[in-house]
Amino acid sequence: MESKTRLDVNGQLTLKELPYIIHWDSDKCTRCGQCTSVCPQKAIEPAILIQRLVTSEGPLPLPQAVRQVGQGIKQVTDIERYCVGCAICSQVCPNDAIFPEYNESNKFAFHKNQGGTPYKRGGRRNSTEVSTLDKLKFTRISMLTDPALDAGRHEFHIRTLLGRNLAPGDMPLIIKDNELGLDETAFIPPVREIFPIRIGGMSFGALSPHMWEGLAMGVAYLNEVENIPVVMCTGEGGMPPRLLKSRFLKYFILQIASGYFGWDEIIHALPHMQEDPAAIEIKYGQGAKPGDGGLLMAFKVLDLIAKVRGVPMRVDLASPPTHQTKYSIEEAVAKMMTSMSMAFDFRVPVYPKISGTKTATAVLNNLARNPFAAALTIDGEDGGTGAAYNVSLEKTGHPIASNLRECYLNLVKIGRQNELPLFAAGGVGKTGSLAANAAALIMLGASGVDCGKYIMQAAAGCLGDERNRCNLCNIGRCPKGITSQDPRLYRRLDPDKVAERVVDIFKVADSEMKKIFAPMGRSTQLPIGMSDGLSVSDKAIAEQLDISYAC
Amino acid sequence: MCRLSAIISDSYFSPMENIMALETMKEGHDGSGLGLVLRDLGGEFQGLKEFPILSGISSKEGLRVMDEYMVKLGFKTKHLWNPRIKNYSGKMKARGFYFARSYEYPEWAEEASPETQSELLTKTRLELRDLGKGQDQGDDSIIIYSFWPDLITLKEVGDPLDVGLFFGLDKKPLLAKNIFAQGRQNTNYAINLYACHPFFIEGFTTMTNGENTAFVPIREFLSSRGFPGYVGYRSDSEVFCHILHYIRKELKFPLKYYKDVITPLFDREMDKRSDKAAIELIKRVLRPLTIDGPNCTIGTDIDGTVFMAQDSKKLRPGAIGGVPGKYALMSEVCGVDTVVPERDRSKDVFPMKYDMAMIEKDAKEIKIWNQKHGSMSTVN
Repeated sequence: MESKTRLDVNGQLTLKELPYIIHWDSDKCTRCGQCTSVCPQKAIEPAILIQRLVTSEGPLPLPQAVRQVGQGIKQVTDIERYCVGCAICSQVCPNDAIFPEYNESNKFAFHKNQGGTPYKRGGRRNSTEVSTLDKLKFTRISMLTDPALDAGRHEFHIRTLLGRNLAPGDMPLIIKDNELGLDETAFIPPVREIFPIRIGGMSFGALSPHMWEGLAMGVAYLNEVENIPVVMCTGEGGMPPRLLKSRFLKYFILQIASGYFGWDEIIHALPHMQEDPAAIEIKYGQGAKPGDGGLLMAFKVLDLIAKVRGVPMRVDLASPPTHQTKYSIEEAVAKMMTSMSMAFDFRVPVYPKISGTKTATAVLNNLARNPFAAALTIDGEDGGTGAAYNVSLEKTGHPIASNLRECYLNLVKIGRQNELPLFAAGGVGKTGSLAANAAALIMLGASGVDCGKYIMQAAAGCLGDERNRCNLCNIGRCPKGITSQDPRLYRRLDPDKVAERVVDIFKVADSEMKKIFAPMGRSTQLPIGMSDGLSVSDKAIAEQLDISYAC
Repeated sequence: MCRLSAIISDSYFSPMENIMALETMKEGHDGSGLGLVLRDLGGEFQGLKEFPILSGISSKEGLRVMDEYMVKLGFKTKHLWNPRIKNYSGKMKARGFYFARSYEYPEWAEEASPETQSELLTKTRLELRDLGKGQDQGDDSIIIYSFWPDLITLKEVGDPLDVGLFFGLDKKPLLAKNIFAQGRQNTNYAINLYACHPFFIEGFTTMTNGENTAFVPIREFLSSRGFPGYVGYRSDSEVFCHILHYIRKELKFPLKYYKDVITPLFDREMDKRSDKAAIELIKRVLRPLTIDGPNCTIGTDIDGTVFMAQDSKKLRPGAIGGVPGKYALMSEVCGVDTVVPERDRSKDVFPMKYDMAMIEKDAKEIKIWNQKHGSMSTVN
């Protein structure tokens, strides 16, 4: 005889398999329905529940339990609708009746590959271990033998150079009457003096219009009012044509990547540009997903994005893993840098960005020989992305600290440490220590750093973390409106507030870097490669980075 | 903080003058060492100006190795000076054979260009230094400070006055017209003779007080220039001498640009400079050579011009005073008082953060180059 209730539950999951479990308090809940309507995953839904109700009537307590049918909230166990832990339900609940909790023993990774489709997501590598950058301490403090500087009183010049610096012997100088002059006919590569923390490439498309606008406004304010020359990279996808022709273009690094998205608009805007861009970044790789090109999923390719990128709406925009024209670094890459330099009449620094890799020094040595290579950005494994295969995010890539250090020491070996600036990215500010991480990388040899995920978290309240919280950037359902193209979502984000926070962030980073450099006696130049200032309490790291061990 | 004592004169004088000046500044050094560089020599070296002088210390075995090596290269001893240590009755013990020995060039190099001779002297100095293997291995068999015509270096651990007496400089002084002396304060490093100022390379000398916080990037920059003499760096101040050599000899900048290299102006401060375009470029291209102090550096250019320059915040003291014919460049005014008590003190110069004070070889006047205003003024 068949049982009344089928016990065959093949393919079904329990809540214990899911990464986040919703805690809902029936007593507090007023059944307003806001949580279910706001949930980006539809992970919770209204449900009919049988509840046990204890009542007592009359003058004496005589509790009686009854079961009654009522309405409530239920978390679904469909893996496609798993709770991502974003907690936007908690944010909208007027009564604190609901919140998600991380489930340490989840089996998410075993199930999130339904239909033969690998798990794709946004965010960055899910690792909560302390990164090397966070382990580094600033230990060479000027004490009684020499005076430390005063971060409040002395003038600090927290600036770096983006662009190819000539070799000292190649300076076109003329000596006349005991004075040096410049040979005006000689070519001097363009160099920009910028704040050493840049906003890394996040595309107009990956980010919502409000987020992008907020960042751009913040950057313009920092430059024009606060005198902090922060530059921002566009990522692949161009930028709004109106901005391309504006005087603000000088605060932006235009990125060209393997899909060349957005470059039709840029090329057409060239004759109308009032200003040169800060630089051109040629993206060859991304730390979060080495070997993959950019990916803007169809969910996000709506009207405006389709126009800027010159593509139809609602199609996946996958940039190829590599530039189609790339044959070798000596030829095609060099040609691309030369072509981009020519397009801007050699007035704009052009540099490549690669993902962290064991072969970074080989790339670097090639660039060092190319006079048009203005810099090299290396993006480590802890970098973020708007969309990538989870396996790439988790398992491929190179940590930035040792990769950067190896490259810097390689430049020292060939005597070109000042000629080809290195920019480090990937995990800068991962735990909120933006200035300290940046300062540590600078002392290891970086001329500057990029941050992206930190900016999203600090300026716009991005919910993503290293327990895979949220990370829905790829499907355009960002509950904060940061990475969505859906106006119903991105109107949740106030661009003015984002801009204000961007300004806060860089003012604080400026102050904190001064607080780090002052006791180490460095103010007039950035302490690039001042590795004697660093220590770490891990001997293996100390040895690998060629810094001192302290415990 | 070490104390610095430099004197430039148009007549020969004894290094005891420098040492007595250091004695008045005694509160500033801890008696952990004295370094002396004498150039434009008089006395027994007066007639030997074109012959390179090897200065250093060696053991008996080191002396044999050194002699063999010099003979092999073709150098012939012309004159030998040794301090008269046997008359010394103090606490110091001789660590070996102290010498200043002038040589005739090998025949092939006698008529060679100054560049070739310079290369030969540097190469020989470094090879001899390597033969001694340095002090790291506990082997003091050969310590070489300088190998250059008309220039002697003496260094030893101890109180400066005691070291002066130890070398017998009070009884039979070496004479010179340009003498640099440093009274050492041993703060950050183990006592090592190679770490003791003044430093010398191919005709350039500097001594510096204070700590150089930008030492590591500067050392890495210099070490990677491909010039064999940019080695050592037992002291974070040695880079000041090599920077001077680099910009003067390799890049051929006029001397006043030393200030623009070690302490470049902020961009907004450059407007009064007629060479603004050049110094903007220098600032970018030589960015790793920027110091942050706290440092006062005193140096001698290859042409014998003596100078004093401060870090960009003027975090260290420095005073210059004198009369035409004799000037003292000291860490403190009391040192100047000892050397030139009869001067007009109102004409003393205290170089500030934009200044580079220079006194040419004839010791006639002090010229002050103001980096910010791009102007040169004269005090005499």
